[in-house]
Amino acid sequence: MTAAAAVGLTVNGESLSPLAAPGATLLDLLRDRAELTGSKRGCNTGVCGACTVLVDGKAARSCLLLAADCAGRSVVTVEGLDDDPHAAILREEMAEAGAVQCGYCTPGIVVALTDLFGSAAEPPDSAAVRHWLGGNICRCTGYVSIVAAAVRAGRRSVGAEAGERRP
Amino acid sequence: MTGLPDAIGARLPRRDAADKLAGAARYTDDLARPGMLHAAILGSPYPSARILGIDTSAARALPGVRAVLTGADLPDRHWGLFVYDETALATGVVRYVGEPVAAVAATDLATARAAAALIDVDYEELTPVLSIEEALEDGAVPVHPEFDSYEKRPDLGFERINEIARQEFSEGDVDAAWADCDAIVEGVYEVPSQSHVYLEPVSAIAEFDRAGKLTVRSANQSVNKVQATLARALDLPMSKIRATTPAVGGAFGGKSGVTVQPLAAHLARATGRPVKLTLTREEDFMAMRRRHPAIVRVKTGAKADGTLVARDLEIVYDGGAYAEDSPAVLGFGLLMARGPYAIPHCRLRGRAVYTNRLRAAGFRGYGNPQVTFATEAQIDELAERLGIDPVDLRLKNGLEAGGRWIGGQTITSCGLRTCLAEARDASGWAGKRRDGGIGANGKRRGIGVSAFAHICGLLGTSATVRLLEDGTVGLAHSAVDLGQGAESALAQICAGALEIDIGRVDSAPADSGAAPYNWSTGGSRVTYMVGRAVMQAADAVREQIVRHAAETFECAPGDIEIRPGGRAGIVGVPEQELSFGEISLRAHYRTGGPIIGSGALVYDGEAFDYKEAIIRNYPFERLGTYVFGAHVVEVEVDTVTGKVEILRAWAAHDVGRAINPTSVEGQILGGFVQGAGYALIEELLWEDGQPVNPSMMDYKVFGALDLPLDIHPIIVEDPEPSGPFGAKGIGEPPLVGAAPAIANAVAHATGLRLRTIPMTPERVLDALAPAAPASVQEVVGPAGLEPATRPL
Repeated sequence: MTAAAAVGLTVNGESLSPLAAPGATLLDLLRDRAELTGSKRGCNTGVCGACTVLVDGKAARSCLLLAADCAGRSVVTVEGLDDDPHAAILREEMAEAGAVQCGYCTPGIVVALTDLFGSAAEPPDSAAVRHWLGGNICRCTGYVSIVAAAVRAGRRSVGAEAGERRP
Repeated sequence: MTGLPDAIGARLPRRDAADKLAGAARYTDDLARPGMLHAAILGSPYPSARILGIDTSAARALPGVRAVLTGADLPDRHWGLFVYDETALATGVVRYVGEPVAAVAATDLATARAAAALIDVDYEELTPVLSIEEALEDGAVPVHPEFDSYEKRPDLGFERINEIARQEFSEGDVDAAWADCDAIVEGVYEVPSQSHVYLEPVSAIAEFDRAGKLTVRSANQSVNKVQATLARALDLPMSKIRATTPAVGGAFGGKSGVTVQPLAAHLARATGRPVKLTLTREEDFMAMRRRHPAIVRVKTGAKADGTLVARDLEIVYDGGAYAEDSPAVLGFGLLMARGPYAIPHCRLRGRAVYTNRLRAAGFRGYGNPQVTFATEAQIDELAERLGIDPVDLRLKNGLEAGGRWIGGQTITSCGLRTCLAEARDASGWAGKRRDGGIGANGKRRGIGVSAFAHICGLLGTSATVRLLEDGTVGLAHSAVDLGQGAESALAQICAGALEIDIGRVDSAPADSGAAPYNWSTGGSRVTYMVGRAVMQAADAVREQIVRHAAETFECAPGDIEIRPGGRAGIVGVPEQELSFGEISLRAHYRTGGPIIGSGALVYDGEAFDYKEAIIRNYPFERLGTYVFGAHVVEVEVDTVTGKVEILRAWAAHDVGRAINPTSVEGQILGGFVQGAGYALIEELLWEDGQPVNPSMMDYKVFGALDLPLDIHPIIVEDPEPSGPFGAKGIGEPPLVGAAPAIANAVAHATGLRLRTIPMTPERVLDALAPAAPASVQEVVGPAGLEPATRPL
């Protein structure tokens, strides 16, 4: 085994230099080195979306990114969204709508939708939400409650009008 | 609802939601123990082979490796549900591709996996049994030559090679009844192997303490089953095993038995260190469980007025390499094979067989989806033959409360007709039915219906309710929350029974060392059965509260009432009352001792078929109470691409009483969508015994873009007298009705009856082609289910 090397990056606003073995993914690094287990390993092949994190502000599958390639980047995981106003409203709506069952897909969906809300000028409609979540597999809910919660959250948190209502 | 406590029927957010939304919920693979080792397995590359030798020297030599185990290193311990045919590692032979042959524990996961790859196994390939036909043909190769020597419960003495189980339910005189029928339909239906694809791959962490006690944290559906099976697997007394459950990332039946707990425990025993074993998604696909594929031959007859007269059904389930739930899946499937109709003459027969493919086991529906796909297609085929509306035909024959299930059990509550009527009315059935086949650009629309039943009840369960010193309540049970909301629903039942705010009740996760027994979180049973145990326990607490209040106020217990909000007082004297907290303090510190109530039961209603149960020595004859539902689905079939698109669906379910309507709707929606996947896209495939699609890349489940948002759950409440506040189960039924309703809608749209699922574009196009193969056209199957004559 080749020796592990330190990777300098920012995770949830904190500068870290965890050791990463060659071939280790960002997901490995987050779960095994940074003790951030909110990002889930559902398939490890980029299909299920449970490992979705924000890399430099954009949703990305952490199981597909080599840890070494994340040097110098800023990563935000589901644990890093506690101060995000979009995420706060989304979490509220998802809990209310019963959009959380087993919860294994939930962190990836929260991260992905937070990215959508953060970049959208207008509240996304259900078609936009469905499209955005095309790569996040949920085996429990059938998506209906997730999409409904996301649309409601978007109305509350996206756009200029919503901005005034935001907590 | 009048007269119900506030907590019952309340759309309360689930208590686990906040942690899950924050990424703070801890699943097994999220956990670590000091000094923990990581494990990996090596799977068989062959569907059937003799193990001639295993060279582990290179693996052992790898730095960081702490243990390498093969079957020869383990005690000779077999387990199973009915047939004790399973071991932790293959010994002597392998029986399916992916079967664990060796396991490694090392200081890190990469080393464990590298070491597993260095294990050199010398195999002699054997002739595999790769289909139901091959399993049953004359001169078939036995998958388990040593079947006769296995311990079995019960031992029904099957003689035929590869037959795991055989069963028959019969009533009336089927052979004579055909003469009374004006229309008879007959067909052979084939249903696929579906993978659970719970999003969390199985995982376990095992560790022994120095006193020899084993603690196992794992994703499972029953800590008590894990405890019991580990005791057998490791030859330990059950008291020396503690099984607990962190958050579980879905299960659907797939985590019902043990998964990797025995291997993790063996490795922990071998190394003296905690060991974590988490399967990769691909390993999970190949080595865990799946739904039984099946071939079903059915013949159903009716009078011209639509009265159902007779049914003859024969089913063969492919049980795969190990027996697991197969005998019960078979029996339960047959029990559902008459459907929710009073058909006087029935012969329902079936078998489950061994093959050299992945073991099949319980999966949301437990044998019922296979049967109901076929039988509900037949109801539509009869409706068409008779010129009767499919909903009307079902309404005409549908059971009602007071009716009898096949075998004789009385139906105690039945919202079937209401489900049918509500789904019909909400869907705009009549107009859409009239317009079947209409559509633009080669697309044809259709609408279809299904009616179905299931059961909830089964084996032992228990709960305790304890009044804490401040008057809040500690609820304890071993119903694992798999994501369905059991923890919250049971807390609501407890709060309802004590008439207190839901915020004053909490429970701890299932723990075999601390919480009361529960046979399983499965079989749609938790709300009904564990809920009943919670009610009993809460009632016992109420009695004690009343006694304390009566002693305090020096009056008769009959003069004391429990008041909403956690108080007990004298009837008619509002100012004379004590809070639960005051009563609890009295009990803790002055007299009587802490107030704790317990409840325990096995399903105690009528037997499903008492005589048969005695004659056949069934291990249990009281199964549960019946639940009912009806689905209406609107589809569009693209005749150019063959794609079936679900446009809208209405899923009506009689749940007796919805304890938490939001959670009930969650079960309906999620179950329907899994059933839609079963109908349209999901199928585990093998070629020459090799899994073709054991990855999420290749085995597709529906994504958010593949489904409409117009899926409407309809809750029907016909209270079950024995249920907690009238509640019954809902976990499995929503899956059961989906595939037949979709197939009936496709038939309505295209005029073609697809008798094989999933209804992939290829199959639809084949059916639409002028020279369609026999399997998808109007084919009448043979009377026997013999491989040589079965249309393929």
